[in-house]
Amino acid sequence: MKVPSDFGVDDADFVNVTVPSDLRKLREPEARIMTELKRCGYDQDTVFAIKLAFEEAVTNAVKHGNANDRSKLIHLRYYVDPQRVVLMVRDEGPGFHPDGVPDPTADENLERPSGRGLMLMHSYMTKVLYSRAGNEVWLLKESPSAPGTGTSSRDANSNVG
Amino acid sequence: MEQPSSHLKIKRTGDVSVVEFADRKILEELSIQEISDELRGLAESDVGAQLLLNFENVDHLASAALGMLITLHKRVQEHNGTLKLSNINRQIFQVFKITRLNRVFDIHDTAEQALASFGNV
Repeated sequence: MKVPSDFGVDDADFVNVTVPSDLRKLREPEARIMTELKRCGYDQDTVFAIKLAFEEAVTNAVKHGNANDRSKLIHLRYYVDPQRVVLMVRDEGPGFHPDGVPDPTADENLERPSGRGLMLMHSYMTKVLYSRAGNEVWLLKESPSAPGTGTSSRDANSNVG
Repeated sequence: MEQPSSHLKIKRTGDVSVVEFADRKILEELSIQEISDELRGLAESDVGAQLLLNFENVDHLASAALGMLITLHKRVQEHNGTLKLSNINRQIFQVFKITRLNRVFDIHDTAEQALASFGNV
């Protein structure tokens, strides 16, 4: 799947990384993304938000998508400039339906031990889009200081083919 | 002989076990199980255990850590104990607020305030 057209980035401008399904192997690409964020002058709150969302996405890909199978791969794409950050995480699993995840903030779910990762991604990112199969997620974070950005919109899950 | 976890520093202040996290970026997925096991041991060690988690050294956490804290909270309650959290920074507290878990946990600004609320001055 190519980058969503409303993310404002050319598909050719991404850095592409492929790693085995091992969270330790994801530390290096994460560190490179963090270095780019700091180089582009993103503030601490935005760095925190992106780090959190990225880690939720890759953890879901490793644990749920690829079921911790190290023979499967995690495919990453990232783009960073001072106006926006775009991340893509794709696993080699069967996918899932993001709409089927219960709201973890509902009273009846509040004390469940899991199920908050997607909600946090939506809360901290400008946009979150899933592929139709559900095994690929695109995250957009617009810089708070970029022209035209106001209160970040929180898009509902969308299936993009 | 089992090696203790290097992720936690535990000390007793009166009847309260005060836990600090050794890693700044705690509660990442890779360390959560070890931390969970050690904290469960504390929760189950005494009936009525009093446990304070001091987040002073924490500047990042994974959502799985929230689940771990919830499970710990339930276990402490089952053993008629008390769990409090303190020194949570603004960014981490925002995560608790977004997930509404600030309503589940007893959170204090400082360890001193938390300890006082246990009845230990």
